[in-house]
Amino acid sequence: MSDENSHDAPDQAPDSSSTAVAETVSDVETVNDLDDEPEFDEGAGTKAQIKKEQRRILFRSPGFIIGVVVLLFWLLASLVPELLTQWGPKEFVTDGEGNPLVRSKPSGDAWFGTDKVGRDVYARVIYGTRPVLITAPVAALLAVVAGTLLGLTIGYYRGWVDEIISRIIEGILSIPSILMAIIVIFTFGSTRPVIIGTVAVLFTPTVTRTIRAATLAESQLDYVTAAKMRGERGLFVITREIFPNVVGVVVVELTVRLGYAVFTIATLAFLGLVGSNLTDADWGVDVSENYELIVRDIWWPTMFPALAIASLVIAVNLLADSIQKATSS
Amino acid sequence: MSVTDDRPTVDQDVAALSVQNLRMSYVVREIPREVLRGVTFEVRPGEKYGLVGESGCGKSTTAYAALRYLPTNGRITEGSVLAAGNDLISMSGKELREFRASRASMVYQDPVQAVNPVLKIGPQVAECFRIVGFGRKESMEKAREALERVHIAAPGSVMDRYPHQLSGGMLQRVVIAMALASEPSLLVLDEPTTGLDATVEAEVLDLVRELCQETGAAILLIAHNLGVISTMCDRVGVMYAGRIVEEGAVREVFDNPSHPYTVGLLNSIPRHGVRKTDRELFAIPGNLPQIGEPLPGCVYLDRCPIATELCRTDAPPTPELADGHWTRCHYPDRIGDVPGPKRTEWDHEIGTEEIIGVHGVSKTFRQRGTEVPALVSIDLGFADGETLGLVGESGSGKSTLAKTMLGVHEADEGGAITLRGRKMANRSTQRVEESIRAIQMVFQNPDSALNRAWTVRRILTRSITKLTGLRGDEADKRAREIAEAMRLSPRHLDMRPRQLSGGLKQRVAIARAFAGDPDVVVCDEPTSALDVSVQAAILNLLARLQRDVRTSYLFISHDIGVVRYLADRIAVMYVGRIVELGTTEQIFAGPNHPYTEALLSAVPNVDGISRDRIPLMGDIPSPADPPSGCVFHPRCHRVIMGLCDVTEPELIELSSAHQLKCHLSVEQLSVPVEITPTAD
Repeated sequence: MSDENSHDAPDQAPDSSSTAVAETVSDVETVNDLDDEPEFDEGAGTKAQIKKEQRRILFRSPGFIIGVVVLLFWLLASLVPELLTQWGPKEFVTDGEGNPLVRSKPSGDAWFGTDKVGRDVYARVIYGTRPVLITAPVAALLAVVAGTLLGLTIGYYRGWVDEIISRIIEGILSIPSILMAIIVIFTFGSTRPVIIGTVAVLFTPTVTRTIRAATLAESQLDYVTAAKMRGERGLFVITREIFPNVVGVVVVELTVRLGYAVFTIATLAFLGLVGSNLTDADWGVDVSENYELIVRDIWWPTMFPALAIASLVIAVNLLADSIQKATSS
Repeated sequence: MSVTDDRPTVDQDVAALSVQNLRMSYVVREIPREVLRGVTFEVRPGEKYGLVGESGCGKSTTAYAALRYLPTNGRITEGSVLAAGNDLISMSGKELREFRASRASMVYQDPVQAVNPVLKIGPQVAECFRIVGFGRKESMEKAREALERVHIAAPGSVMDRYPHQLSGGMLQRVVIAMALASEPSLLVLDEPTTGLDATVEAEVLDLVRELCQETGAAILLIAHNLGVISTMCDRVGVMYAGRIVEEGAVREVFDNPSHPYTVGLLNSIPRHGVRKTDRELFAIPGNLPQIGEPLPGCVYLDRCPIATELCRTDAPPTPELADGHWTRCHYPDRIGDVPGPKRTEWDHEIGTEEIIGVHGVSKTFRQRGTEVPALVSIDLGFADGETLGLVGESGSGKSTLAKTMLGVHEADEGGAITLRGRKMANRSTQRVEESIRAIQMVFQNPDSALNRAWTVRRILTRSITKLTGLRGDEADKRAREIAEAMRLSPRHLDMRPRQLSGGLKQRVAIARAFAGDPDVVVCDEPTSALDVSVQAAILNLLARLQRDVRTSYLFISHDIGVVRYLADRIAVMYVGRIVELGTTEQIFAGPNHPYTEALLSAVPNVDGISRDRIPLMGDIPSPADPPSGCVFHPRCHRVIMGLCDVTEPELIELSSAHQLKCHLSVEQLSVPVEITPTAD
C-alpha cells in the first residue's frame, strides 16, 4: 500500500509544466512550484483493493453462497424443467410394474411422493417454478420503476404534488393488501397481466415512500444547490444528478420487493386467484389443493411446494443482505 | 522497529492517566490494521494535557482507548493503560463500568449526539448522580446544582426542557455538567468545541478550566485546533500516524517546535496577523499514511523535508531538548533546514469598479404564518480583485446572505443585487446566463457539494458547458486546464469524489466554481471541514487565483485568523444586519463595534498573547424575534439602557471606509472595557 500512496509530485512536475497552462492563470508560472503544495492521492490505488476485499468477504459469506446456489437451481428449473425430472407435471406416476402411485410417500420412485391424483410432487415443484419466476420479478420491477419515478418527482419538487400523492399512498397503504388484490382480481379477472399489475400497484406506494425519503435527503445536499445555481432544469437534476445517487436504494428495494412478490403471488395462488387452469403446476395452487390432506398425515404434497416458496424468498433475501453487508463494510 | 519506548515517566501509580507503549488495531474488512503504533504519555493529577494532530492520526482513538472504550473492531495488541494505578486493560466489565462511573468521564465532540433526545435535561443529568448512588430527590437537587455550576442561568427551567430546545453551547455545558457529576479525577474531552462558535468555544473552555481548577480533575484534551490547545493546556503531545512525535510544555513546543511535523503544522496557520500580501501559508506535502501501513522507520518520513536514508531504516530516538520537551527525530538540530512558507509578491491592486453590489437587500422567510426577517437591508459591494470577509456567529445570517446573492433564496422586493451596475433577477432561475456565470459559490462541505456519482471530469465539463457554452472536446480541454490550475493531476479527472481526500475534493469544488471564469466567488467556510495543513493549501490556492485572475471573493468564515489572512475588507454580521464594515487593518486596529470587539477577543490563538475575553452573554437572538432598538443590546457590554434598547442605531462613518452601527462615539468605544469575571 505504501508505494501506491506515496506522493508523486516530483515525477509529475516536469511534464505538467510543459503542457498548456490554463488560460485563466496564463500570466504567472503556476505549475513549477508544485512541491510546496500537497499532492493528495488518498485511496486512488486502494480503491481496487477495497473492491477486492469486499468481493472476498462476499464470496466467503455463507448467505451469499447459499442464496446463489438456491437461486441458480430455481432458475435452471424454470428454464429447463425437463432436465431435472423424468415426469411431467400432469403425468401420473407409475411404479415398475405400471401400477399408478397415488398419495404415496416420498420414495425412490417419487422423491417428494405423489399427490392425491397420483402426480409426482417433485415434478410439479420443478414445473411450478416458471409461473412464479415470471410474475414475481416483473411485478417487482414494475413496482420499483413506478415507485422510483414517483418518489424522485415528489421528493424533489415537494409542494402540493407531494402532498396529494403522499395522501393517496397513505390511502392505499391503509387497505389490507390481500383484500385489495381480491377486489381487483375479481373485477378484472385473474389473468396473469392482471396479477402482475395488481402486485405492482400494491407495492408501488412502499417503494415511492422509500425513494421519496432518499430523494429528499439528496435534494438537501449542496450539489443540488450548485446545479440550481448554474441554472439546471429540474428534469436534469432529478435524472442525472439525484438518480445515480439513489440507485443503491432502488436496487435494495428491488430485491426486497422481489421476495415479497414471490410471497404475495403464492398467497394469491393459494386463494385460487391465479391462473385459469388448475391442473397447471403452481406452488401456491398446489399448496391450496392439498393442504386438507395434512390432517390425514399426507403432508408431502403441501410441504414441498411450501418449502419451495420459502426457499426462494429466503434465497433472495440472503442475497440482498449479503450484498448490502459487503458493500457497506 | 523499536518495540519499547524508553521515555522517562513519572510514577505510574500517581499519574491520573498513564498510557505506555499502546498499540491498537482496527479490524477493517477482516484484516487488523494498526492505528496506534506505540503511544506513550501520561497525564499528571490536575494537569491539562493536550493531544494535537491532523484527523486520522489517532487522537480520538487514543482518547477512547484511555477509557478502554473501543469500537467492536478495535483491539489493543500491546501496551498498558493505567488510570491512577488501576490497570484498565485487565479490568473486568463490571470493574470497568464502576471505573467509568466514578473516576473518569468523557465529553464528546457533538453535544447533540451525546444527550438522549427524548429525556428532559433534569432527569438526564440526575441520572448521572443516581448512578453514583444518590436517591431520586437528592439527584434532582444535585442536578440543579451541577447546572448552576456550569453557569446555566435558569437551571430550573432548563431542567424542564428537552435537548432540542437548547443551543449547542448550552448543551455542551449540560454534557460537561454530566461528565463532572461523579467528580472524576480524569476528564477526557474529544474536540469539545469543534462544532461551536468561537464565542461559545471560549466560554466552554473557560468553564472547563475553571471547573477543573475547582475539582482538581486532570484533563486529556483532544483538539485539532492549535489555538485551543495553546489556551487550555499545560503540556501538549503532537501526534502523527499513531505515535507522539513531540511532547513538552505548550509554550515550549509552540515557540520552539523541534519536530518537522510540528513546524509544518505551526507554519500552516496564519499567525501573528500575517496576511496574504506577506507570505503564503505552509502546506505540508503528502498525506498521512494509511492505517495498518508498516512504518519501520520514522512515521513522518514520506512528508519530511529533511529525511535521510537513516530515517527510512531506523526508528528515530527521542532526545530530550529541554525539561520534559522531547522530539522523535533523528535530526532535531537540523530543524532550521525545514523550509518555511514562501513570501508572496503581491503586486495586485484592488480595482475601483464595483462588480457586485448589494443595495438594501432584505430577505424574509415565512414560517407557519410568521415572518422571519433573516436579512435586514444589507448594503455591501465589492470591487474587482477584492476579498470581503464576512464574520459573525452561526445564525447571524452569513450563509443566507450568500445564498440570496446567488439567487438560491429570492430577495424581498425593494432591494437590488447588481452586477456591474445592472440589476440582476432575484432568483437564479430567472437570471440571464451572464449573471449566473459571473457569480459562483464554493461550499463548506465538499462531500455534500460534489455529486458522488459523477467523475471529476463530468462535474467540471457540465459546469463549463452550462456556464460558457463550450461542448465536447473543447469543454474537456478546458476542464483539464482548470484542473491543472487547481493543482489537480489529470488522473484525478476520472475519479469520483469519494476517492479523493478532503483537500482534493475542495479543489474540485473550487475548480467547478471557476469553470465559467466568474467575477465573484462566494466561499462559504471553504476550509472549516479541513485540516490545517490542507486549509493552508486551499487558502494559498484561493489567494493565488485572486492574484492571477482578479476574482473577487465573499469569504465567509468563523475563523477570524483565516479571514484576517485572506480578506481586504471585513463585514461583521449580527442577526441579519451588518453591524460593522471596514478594511482588515481598521477592524483589527479598532475601535470596533462592541460585538466585533467580543468576537475578536474570543479567538483562541497559538501565539501565547492572552487577551481578556469579553464574555458574550446568552445566545444569539432568533431573527424571528429580534430585540428592540439595537439588536445587540441584550448582550452588549457597553449598553446604554434607555437608548440602545429603544432606538436602532444608524450606520456611522468612523473613518473612510470604516462604518459601524452603534450609538456610542469613537471615544466611548475606544475606552477599554472592564471585564468582570461573571457568571451569566
